[in-house]
Amino acid sequence: MPVITIDDRQIEVAPGDTVMDAAHRAGIYIPHFCYHKKLSIAASCRMCLVEVEKVPKPLPACATPATDGMVVRTHSDKAVTAQKGVMEFLLINHPLDCPICDQGGECMLQDIAVGYGGIASRYAEPKRVVKEKDLGPLVATDMTRCIHCSRCVRFGQEIAGIMELGMPGRGEHTEVMPFLESQVTSELSGNVIDLCPVGALTSKPFRYSARPWELSRRKSVSPHDGLGSNLAVHVKDGKVFRFLPLENEAVNECWLADRDRYSYQALNSEERVTRPMVRQGSDWVEVDWQKALAQAAGALKVIHDTHGGEAIGFLASPHQTLEELYLTRQLAGALGCENIDTRLDVADFSADGKLAGIPWLGMPVADLDKLDRVLLVGSSVRKEQPLIAQRLRQAVKRGARLNVVHAADDDLLCRVANKLIAKPSAWVNALAQIANALRESGKDVGAVASDVSGVAVSDAARRVAESLVSGERKAVFLGGLASQHPNAAQLHSLAQAIAQATGAALGFLVSAANQVGAALAGCRPGANGRNAQRMLAEPRKAYVLLGVEPTLDHEPAAQAESALESAELVVLLTAFKVKAMDYAHVVLPIAPFTETAGAFVNMEGRLQAFNGVVPPQGEARPAWKVLRVLGNQLQLSDFDYDSAESVRKAALPEGEDGIAARLDNGICALPVTHLQAGDGVERLGETPIYQLDPLVRRAPALQATQVAADAAVCWANGALIQRLGLSVDRPVRVVQDSGESVLKLGRDDRLPEDVVRVAACHRLTTRLGERFGALRLEKM
Amino acid sequence: MSLLSPSIKVCSWTQEHDNPASLETYVANGGYEALKKILAEKTPAEQIVEQVKISALRGRGGAGFPTGLKWSFMPRNFQGDKYIVCNTDEGEPGTFKDRDIIEFNPHQLIEGMVIAGYTLGAKAGYNYIHGEIFELYESWERALGEARRAGYLGKNILGSDWDFDLHAFHGYGAYICGEETALLESIEGKKGQPRFKPPFPASYGLYGKPTTINNTETLASIPWIMRHGGQAFLELGKPNNGGAKLFSVSGHVNKPGNYEIALGTPFGELLEMAGGVRDGHKLKAVIPGGSSAPVLPADIMMDCTLDFDSIAKAGSMLGSGAVIVMDETVCMVRALERLAYFYFEESCGQCTPCREGTGWMYRVIHRIENGQGRPGDLDLLMDVGTNIAGRTICALGDAAVGPVHSFIKHFRKEFEYHIEHKKCLVGG
Repeated sequence: MPVITIDDRQIEVAPGDTVMDAAHRAGIYIPHFCYHKKLSIAASCRMCLVEVEKVPKPLPACATPATDGMVVRTHSDKAVTAQKGVMEFLLINHPLDCPICDQGGECMLQDIAVGYGGIASRYAEPKRVVKEKDLGPLVATDMTRCIHCSRCVRFGQEIAGIMELGMPGRGEHTEVMPFLESQVTSELSGNVIDLCPVGALTSKPFRYSARPWELSRRKSVSPHDGLGSNLAVHVKDGKVFRFLPLENEAVNECWLADRDRYSYQALNSEERVTRPMVRQGSDWVEVDWQKALAQAAGALKVIHDTHGGEAIGFLASPHQTLEELYLTRQLAGALGCENIDTRLDVADFSADGKLAGIPWLGMPVADLDKLDRVLLVGSSVRKEQPLIAQRLRQAVKRGARLNVVHAADDDLLCRVANKLIAKPSAWVNALAQIANALRESGKDVGAVASDVSGVAVSDAARRVAESLVSGERKAVFLGGLASQHPNAAQLHSLAQAIAQATGAALGFLVSAANQVGAALAGCRPGANGRNAQRMLAEPRKAYVLLGVEPTLDHEPAAQAESALESAELVVLLTAFKVKAMDYAHVVLPIAPFTETAGAFVNMEGRLQAFNGVVPPQGEARPAWKVLRVLGNQLQLSDFDYDSAESVRKAALPEGEDGIAARLDNGICALPVTHLQAGDGVERLGETPIYQLDPLVRRAPALQATQVAADAAVCWANGALIQRLGLSVDRPVRVVQDSGESVLKLGRDDRLPEDVVRVAACHRLTTRLGERFGALRLEKM
Repeated sequence: MSLLSPSIKVCSWTQEHDNPASLETYVANGGYEALKKILAEKTPAEQIVEQVKISALRGRGGAGFPTGLKWSFMPRNFQGDKYIVCNTDEGEPGTFKDRDIIEFNPHQLIEGMVIAGYTLGAKAGYNYIHGEIFELYESWERALGEARRAGYLGKNILGSDWDFDLHAFHGYGAYICGEETALLESIEGKKGQPRFKPPFPASYGLYGKPTTINNTETLASIPWIMRHGGQAFLELGKPNNGGAKLFSVSGHVNKPGNYEIALGTPFGELLEMAGGVRDGHKLKAVIPGGSSAPVLPADIMMDCTLDFDSIAKAGSMLGSGAVIVMDETVCMVRALERLAYFYFEESCGQCTPCREGTGWMYRVIHRIENGQGRPGDLDLLMDVGTNIAGRTICALGDAAVGPVHSFIKHFRKEFEYHIEHKKCLVGG
């Protein structure tokens, strides 16, 4: 290995390393602004100039290749003179408005100025002023403070995959700005705030609310998508002020999706419920915990004694902690109830009982960027898993070929090698085509061979098959939409056949933070139990709801609504005022994840435990405690847990190491029957990115984004719009089953003519039917 | 004059003919003979590079880098596309020679580029033409059409079974795009900003492929060298400074214009050719190589010969050969203000020292010129300049500092007078 000397220390370097890399490895700090380990090298801020022996000019450490025998000095007169010179230039036009700047206290410019700046400025000329830019509800600008490091611009190009910010203009007139006054809409946009070394880009919702030095930083884990991004929660006076990424190369790297970054707003929402309540007639009466719990336990016992345990349904959210879900399971078990589930978004449960283990990603998250070939089935991946999409984008950049089966030809912001774009009811056929192409080329597709052998193979399917046969590291992923599909099990079975025939890993892009944990905790119906869908289709006498909003989490919402409405008892464990309060009888206010200890198991099977970072608001209590006391009230044995850890130990008797053995995506091959697509126009009903769970639904900044507004629009292909004589931007009546909604009509030619995109899990579409079903558009 | 005889009119000889730009004129006077010979004899590329090395041809765009050496950097055995790029982004204030080559002798440039393409194994060549001379873009396209029809460009050139084509690229007038890597970015459709080097264009150039970029005059000199030999070219000039060169003489002379003279010619002779300093005035100072070159006072300049080494020894640079002559009526503060404004305006804004420093220097000089100078301003200017020079990705930072440092060094009294008396020493 080549060796270089930095500040008299000998450092081994790898080929391709820069002086900056070598210095980092040795723990030698070289001041810098434009350099960022995850971005390409700009070498433009010039702050990292160092002296290199035998070179007359100082060189930028970030861009200078480390070569054997090189002697570098970062603190010599020459280096420091150059660094101080650059610092002076950076400050001459920078408004020294630190006292009113939100970045103050966590500003690279401020920090480095302490070491390299002068006492007073020699600059006595007028300073530059730059017009503000409107980047939308998430990112605030103070562009006069910009030091043109171009990190935000490179982030867009290289990580987010879309160059929403650019640097037009020359010299002093160079300005970072969006394209033609448009806003920044990337689902990863908030990262530019972390990247910005000054106060030019700051968080709009957080702005002016606290100083960094007043905030305590505490570790936590994001409760939204199945990635489980690591969070640094900033708190003050028992209140959460913001979420920042906590770097974890194996999970979220140094990034955070906007959903994970801004959902904290909901924690302090007016919609929080902070006192136990019981229904008296049509009114809610605040009571103490003892009374509320006694009433809940008593009523449950009555139902149990009168109708048996099977008269009760337990619906829990896969965004709740492992401990909460485990205790829910225990409670149900003790009541003799096998009706327990967290899969409110699933329509097809025919795989239950045929699975080899718990569905998971099928590989470590960190291996995603190293894949050569990918088949992505039914995933609006940018919206479902923004950072997984980012990893796949990096893989594509490194040469991976990405193949897609979807109902919309969405821009994944990376090159897609082959795609089969068809309405949802044609997906089984699409996978069967790929399987048959493999079969025809001599691959063993196992038990599905005879089912698919009659399927006509399209050129696109053949190309997907060819793509998957080549390459070394490959994977077939089933996305959220594939799991929610009415023929999810058959898709799973075919995906397995394709994966096995091509030597690819099979994985699920698990859409909720603790869906894997829920399965580990046993929150699945017992052998005689009812799954989430049946619990609502065959109304129960009583429901216990943990963190769910059935009318938003379940499709069709009307089914959930009528089931709850007709129940004799609904016990609601919730952190927020929810629609279900209309039917509930007892409301037990529980603490969201920031106010309780617990753990999530992410899509790769990683157990991530966290502690409460602030005390519960008002009378709210951690759900594991509430459930424990409820168990005590029902005189259940073995219900004396005194900490979240003790619950976790019970939930995972073999500990963290026992998890991997329980994960398996294998499925007993099912007959492939739905080879014929349905007639007519179909609905593509996705859960919008900012409607995933109760928290994001209540984050005002996220709800104010263009992305959130787009989710309230009915999108259709221009040809369909013309054929039906409809007008874009005008209201349109969307009719599905017996329900209808009136939505604004938008045109999206990336959709096939027979697919209409109408969000599911959205308050404007609760009257419609299933996510994927026949649907009609009518002129108003 | 023609290409037939080894005269010192290497690039400007066609101007003595009717229809100087036409293919007929060029061919009738020995044009494309060198190319024909090379293709017929299949001259090995190494031999051509060797002749260019012997000729001591140095880059005519400003840096004066030995062309033969630059050509030898191109990877010979690289599998894949390579490019030759001609830099006609003639933006250096005071320089107006390359436009004359395109206007009056485009075929010699075409022949030079085709020979370069052959030598370097390029697939295609681009000529990046400065934004403000659109009519030349059109005349260049016309010349390309003529050459294509005559079989000097395109598929199977002169029956040699070798394909090569040239394309014109129209810039938009940014000075920085004359910097070779910014020029490449611009051709690629990106914002014209210099790239950090290494990697150099010879390994990672246009579209990431090995690329050689030469100035217009440099490439136009190649046919002459191939016809008469590197040694003959060298002998036109002086050792290490081969050939003749076009000098763009502007400012206070009676006959401003382009003059092609042998390198090593005394400055006095060029001044005489340009009709001398305008009548009734005397020489004060000269910027010998375009606005980036440090200014030299008359006495130093009169002792110089016009070649790279002599001017460098005197503390300036031959640059692009743009000789800006100033007589005693020139206020050096005002002249510097104008130059400083140019660099302030043309800095690409990428590197901190240049983006911030050029504006700082301009504003201070502007103040001094407008009677608002303060004690300490000159030291500040020198210091700011020192903090820019050598600390940026490209040479624009240094180019902006050259005038500031040299004007203050040689004419400090004028600046001090401005600061102290709030008015000009020259002409009240």
